[in-house]
Amino acid sequence: MIRSTHLPLIATLFTFLLAYALCAWQFPAMLSTRVVANLLTDNAFLGIVAVGMTFVILSGGIDLSVGSVIAFTGVFLAVVLRDTSIPPMMAFALVLFITSAFGAAMGATIHYLEMPPFIVTLAGMFLARGAAYVMSTDSIPITHEFYDVLQSLYWKSAGGGRFRIIGGIMILTFIVAAIIAHRTKFGQNVYALGGGATTARLMGVPVASTTIKIYAISGGLAGLSGIVFSLYTSAGYSLATVGVELDAIAAVVIGGTLLTGGYGFIAGTFFGILIMGLIQTYIVFDGTLSSWWTKIVIGGLLFAFILLQKGLTWASTKRKKAVIGLDTQS
Amino acid sequence: MNIKATLFASAITLMPIAVVASDLTIGFSQIGSESGWRAAETTVTKQEAEARGITLKFADAQQKQENQISALRSFIAQGVDAILIAPVVATGWDEVLEEAQDSDIPVVLLDRTVDAPEELYLTAVTSDLVHEGSVAGQWLVDEMAGADCRIVELQGTTGSSPAIDRKTGFENAISDHSNLEIVRSQTGDFTRSQGKVVMESFLKAEGGENICALYAHNDDMAVGAIQAIKEAGLNPGKDIKIVAIDAVPDAHLAIANGEMNATIELTPNMAGPALDALDAYINSGTMPPKWIQTESKLFTAADDNQAIYEMKKGLGY
Repeated sequence: MIRSTHLPLIATLFTFLLAYALCAWQFPAMLSTRVVANLLTDNAFLGIVAVGMTFVILSGGIDLSVGSVIAFTGVFLAVVLRDTSIPPMMAFALVLFITSAFGAAMGATIHYLEMPPFIVTLAGMFLARGAAYVMSTDSIPITHEFYDVLQSLYWKSAGGGRFRIIGGIMILTFIVAAIIAHRTKFGQNVYALGGGATTARLMGVPVASTTIKIYAISGGLAGLSGIVFSLYTSAGYSLATVGVELDAIAAVVIGGTLLTGGYGFIAGTFFGILIMGLIQTYIVFDGTLSSWWTKIVIGGLLFAFILLQKGLTWASTKRKKAVIGLDTQS
Repeated sequence: MNIKATLFASAITLMPIAVVASDLTIGFSQIGSESGWRAAETTVTKQEAEARGITLKFADAQQKQENQISALRSFIAQGVDAILIAPVVATGWDEVLEEAQDSDIPVVLLDRTVDAPEELYLTAVTSDLVHEGSVAGQWLVDEMAGADCRIVELQGTTGSSPAIDRKTGFENAISDHSNLEIVRSQTGDFTRSQGKVVMESFLKAEGGENICALYAHNDDMAVGAIQAIKEAGLNPGKDIKIVAIDAVPDAHLAIANGEMNATIELTPNMAGPALDALDAYINSGTMPPKWIQTESKLFTAADDNQAIYEMKKGLGY
């Protein structure tokens, strides 16, 4: 029997398959390996950052800083690789440390000062974007040989699809994150926190360290996403990825995670990303629709999924009440 | 079970798709619609494609490079015959251009160039900003015919390439004529409101009767300046000659009303030359030059500006 808690995930999966089938029916070329490879490559940075966002939303929070952190990471890498002799791997490690620490600091602020995550990460968003602007307002090309090597690593499948390394990084991120969320103590704590901080504390969940870790993961994954984005565009640009945090939140919600926290799956986010990528691909394939339809369709989907979530919550509370009602009668 | 079956079915159909195209299909990745000129470029591109019987796939990138890269990849996956792109930034195109080249899809750059090796794209269709400035300068040289003239200049956004190049071109054109002198030059940020404000300060500082001509780096600033000149009680176009660049509909209207003297067109028709070059390349293998310069046409009161205004108004400026 299908558990009602799995329903949003199933709805997401069903939406994706239905959408893909419709696309393929209209444009047979949508079934080519190129489109599959493009979906993975073009959405790699968004997918990675959405994984971090899934953790944050599962815990009942929100992280608005990630788009700016991606831009910051790109500019930081471009400047470091241009002006210093630090090797790229070192620069990657350095930037991942900085972004994780940045996330951890936001997590600590949220927990210890009891501030709403919305406000704290909004401040983080301005800070990171500002820091990117201060380093450079121009788009700085990254011309390091190491980047050429990473970019030339791809597997060309039959049909011409190129599965690039950044798509692989995204899939790996999803797998590792799914294991952490569903198979570790920390993962359980995240879900418990999403059910309510007070309840979680009473259950013995280390709320402080869990909150800090969650935002550190989100910051760190935004950093990783920034590395991937810099590989994707071979440049660092302070104006890049404006509003990506909202796309990531949309992907998480379409993926079936409850915005109030406590319920959702990492795998759902993966399909949320693919659905968004699919809409974009369809609109380019069609070639006559305004690309703003992407936003309209995503908006519609979001609304549908929020209604679905609300409906499920409503149905389950009604059932509980019915059960309680029976108890008092007997 | 059904899901598994569907996945399996889609897995075995993941095969190369042969594209059967009778006539040309061309993908066009546009930056967005941030300015009137860009909206006009989009409209003209669609018209030019339609006139040639080409199916145009249009993708608006909403100012985002990631959207543009993924649009290009989708065009390639779709197997279009050629791609037109107005790149939002200069960097980061190598990978996707290589993919296009691997699939033998020629790419033509419109309006802006990129930092990628030349062999990765077929050609670039752009205007020559320096040339635009020199056409404006030459017009003033001919107009004054040796008479003394004190010029004020409204520059574009400081540091932007149109501002630098249009200034250089104009200065080159007037450098051999000692009767022409730029007495004041300040930025008006390419906007109407700043054009007006800066012109007001020019008029106060120099005195309206001491200014003989205005050179604005774009029409919007000139239109703002016309307002300032009128408010100072002078006749724009007569007391102060006005020359600007872009040839937007409002500039034609101003010339028709005798309030402006000349404008140099930055044509929104980048697609026409691009599609001609593609046609020659695809049908007869003619390699176009790496750079196709669009015409910088001069419009003065001698042209039928009212008619041009009516025509251009509908383009989305």
